Amino acid sequence: MSPTKLALTLTAFAALATGCTRPGATTTDAGVSNGKTTISVKGSDTMVILGQRWAEDYMKSNPALTIQVSGGGSGTGIAALINGSADICESSRRMSDKERGSLEAKRGQPAIETKVAKDALAVYVNAKSPVREISVAALSRVYRGELTSWRELGGPDHAIVLYGRENNSGTYGFFKEHVLDGKDFAAATQTLAGTSAVASAVKGDAFGIGYGGIAYVEGVRALGIKRDESSPAVLPSLETAANDAYPLSRFLYFYTAGEPSPSMKRFIAWVTGPEGQSTIADVGYYPLPKKS
Amino acid sequence: MAASVHSSGDHARRDVSATSTRPSLLRRVRWSELLAEGAIFGVALVSILSVLLILVFVGKEALPLLTSAEVRREVTPAALFVPHGDAGFLWQPVSADPKYNILPLFAGTLKVTLVSLVVAFPLSVLAALYVSDFAARRAREIIKPLIELMAGVPSVVVGFFALMVLSTWVQAVFGTEHRLNALVAGLGLSFAVCPIVFSISEEALRAVPASYRAAALALGATRSETLLHVVLPAAMPGIAAAGVLGFGRAIGETMIVLLASGNAALLDAHLGRSTRTVTATIAQELGEVVVGSPHYHVLFALGALLFLSTLAVNLAGERIVRHMRGTRRASAEAP
Amino acid sequence: MIARVARTGALPHPRSLEARGRTHLSDGMLRAVAALATAAVVSMLVVVLFEVVRGGLGAMSWAFLTEYPRRGMTEGGIFPAIVGTAALTLLMTVAAVPAGVATAVYLTEYASPRSVTARLVHVCIANLAGIPSIVFGLFGLGFFVSTVGRGIDRVAYGGTITYGQPCLVWASLTLAILTLPVVVVSTEEALRAVPRELRNASFALGATRFQTIVRVAIPEAASGILTGGILAVSRGAGEVAPIMFTGAAYYLRELPTHLNDPFMNLGYHVYVLATQSPDVDRTKPLLYATVLVLLGLTFILNLLAISLRARARRRLEDHG
Repeated sequence: MSPTKLALTLTAFAALATGCTRPGATTTDAGVSNGKTTISVKGSDTMVILGQRWAEDYMKSNPALTIQVSGGGSGTGIAALINGSADICESSRRMSDKERGSLEAKRGQPAIETKVAKDALAVYVNAKSPVREISVAALSRVYRGELTSWRELGGPDHAIVLYGRENNSGTYGFFKEHVLDGKDFAAATQTLAGTSAVASAVKGDAFGIGYGGIAYVEGVRALGIKRDESSPAVLPSLETAANDAYPLSRFLYFYTAGEPSPSMKRFIAWVTGPEGQSTIADVGYYPLPKKS
Repeated sequence: MAASVHSSGDHARRDVSATSTRPSLLRRVRWSELLAEGAIFGVALVSILSVLLILVFVGKEALPLLTSAEVRREVTPAALFVPHGDAGFLWQPVSADPKYNILPLFAGTLKVTLVSLVVAFPLSVLAALYVSDFAARRAREIIKPLIELMAGVPSVVVGFFALMVLSTWVQAVFGTEHRLNALVAGLGLSFAVCPIVFSISEEALRAVPASYRAAALALGATRSETLLHVVLPAAMPGIAAAGVLGFGRAIGETMIVLLASGNAALLDAHLGRSTRTVTATIAQELGEVVVGSPHYHVLFALGALLFLSTLAVNLAGERIVRHMRGTRRASAEAP
Repeated sequence: MIARVARTGALPHPRSLEARGRTHLSDGMLRAVAALATAAVVSMLVVVLFEVVRGGLGAMSWAFLTEYPRRGMTEGGIFPAIVGTAALTLLMTVAAVPAGVATAVYLTEYASPRSVTARLVHVCIANLAGIPSIVFGLFGLGFFVSTVGRGIDRVAYGGTITYGQPCLVWASLTLAILTLPVVVVSTEEALRAVPRELRNASFALGATRFQTIVRVAIPEAASGILTGGILAVSRGAGEVAPIMFTGAAYYLRELPTHLNDPFMNLGYHVYVLATQSPDVDRTKPLLYATVLVLLGLTFILNLLAISLRARARRRLEDHG
């Protein structure tokens, strides 16, 4: 190949490369290309189907907008928000002070939190298990590895097989904070990548116990939770989550770095508005309580 | 297997120059060709560059473990190996009191690797023996490609199979404590190890000269005696190489163990309980770390250790093979 | 028989000798054990194939291959994953094949096998082949995404995050380095198989070394190079660990059209559906079908490569 041809080929490649680049996101508005705006939503595995449904429905009426949703866990979403590779982070737990500090340090913006839905963190057992209720204190001892046999809970004489989430999960974080009081999970807890994996593991294991968002409860049974030994057991439902009678109810959040851009703001407003909230029940979670 | 290795170009050049009457033909320099040859040389260095870069960048992100005071506040290199008081060896990086023991992770890798080798190595070597010395030609032409096809199955598919189907079977047959455990992951891994050990062993067996077999038979040995006492020992260096490569593959496999091992960082020798390997840990946790956090650096340190282990395994394997070849030659040349 | 050996100089195959030799119970036992082992290994493959086909055939349809996923992956198809995988492997091939061929050309045509550089390249290729795939993922993240990508952003885009994030081009380059050894080894094998006479003839006609390589050696080795390319594509299509953090995404509404777009991928889709699918029962048939598509793809590619290689070997035996 002659030198001129070579030079031409190289320049053509370079031009192709630059032409084939989607402009990045700026802090004023999510990335714009050809008049289309892109919002990237990352984070909670608990919320990922919800996020997808919202994205699907919202994009139907806003074709100029592209919303990309991916999971990976609340921790992943928060890390992505801090690293700058996500616009909105879905999280099933609140951001810690350390994380807020990292966000300010790395992106120079405070974390803005928006509540978008409510969830009841269900504790599942196999449908065949005779155990129907458990107190928060006992649950804590089970997952710390101190209570090891089903016999102590009124079940058969067999070891309890613990299923849980990996440590990047918001569900893991919430459970740890609110049930285990910040203490560590037993090392024998099998860490699974998603709530559905937990549910399906418990479905297939007569001696298993697991936890996760209420939307995943098909095929397994949710236990009634007693706030303490003397309270009545409360099953997770729309009412008990809304009025906080269910001890393990929690909010699901959207986080952004600083004030959201106009297009993001419109999306978030839609999500917290009547249309977005009605989708939630379809997916299996609970809409925000009317009051707050 | 390599044909005659000396560079054909030089010979030819000498031939031409001896007969050519136009020296200018050879002197004519085409700049574009020179450029292209330079480019070829440059690109050939990509492989060296890649290995160096991998070493450098994985190591660079692991280095703050040793150099940064901020990182050392949360985790020191010693903490990776020393137990946490009564709690023992724990891997719990996301915690108010982060624990970064990597011993349970290495124990997990070892457990799964050993299971896979114990299953795959004998089966594959015997299968290679069958294909090279027992099977009819037609059978060989079907079986060999079939087993080599196994190498083409993506590991995520094998992991999927282990997760969905194999674990249920194993629990039904062995009554294991956890459904996803070291045994299931090891069996899944053996699927990936078999084709490697098989191909290389089969080549090694076929490379044993027919004269060896003929000589043994001529001396009155039975077929099994020939194979077990003459052919197999002669092929040992190649079979050892196969074992080493299989071992290296098993250590580095990610998707199969990620899906099938249960991912609980337990330090024990129990095969029926879940376990967590180094590779699965990196894969599971890399997505959630904030770039630059101590957890991030520890994960890269794990990656660096993994890289160095596979390098060490390869080097050790080469040395073993060379030693075996050497002793073989020595005994063959002995008067 | 001995007369035949004396006449032709060819040793009879040991198996034909055995018919005349002693047979023992131990022979039969060894044969049986070895046959059982072979059956065990082959049955591993057969069982996996059978299960995947059984579980996935029901959900396979043209619609499955051409539709987008809907309703949280419980309905619809895997079209974007197929396109993403195709885009990824295409870019990867564009990067890996020229580099691999150039490296192999250097090793066989230019470098003396004793030279330090040639030996170093060989060692590095062997080591690259042994590096765990997750380490490639770490490298892709630490080097391509965080260093090169951020660098490009700072220099060419004034800091806004364009290339400093997981995307198609970085995942492709990571996979290209991973599959480089495959291409190099195949091409080397093919180039060494080109007879010296052909090269000599070319020189005798006055061609330069470069012209000989480009117009004689490489075309002769074309099927070997093609085999290497196909094997690389097959490997790249199935790897998940290197792309998990360098570009693969779970659900995208748009197809990747820019170099810095994230993409969906068949292998990654299988992983996510197997571990994080929203409704395990409803997605199971689609999961199996996705696995079937991925397996079918890699199988076809591997079979193609195997038959190409067999044909090339047979042609070699005819030539030499």
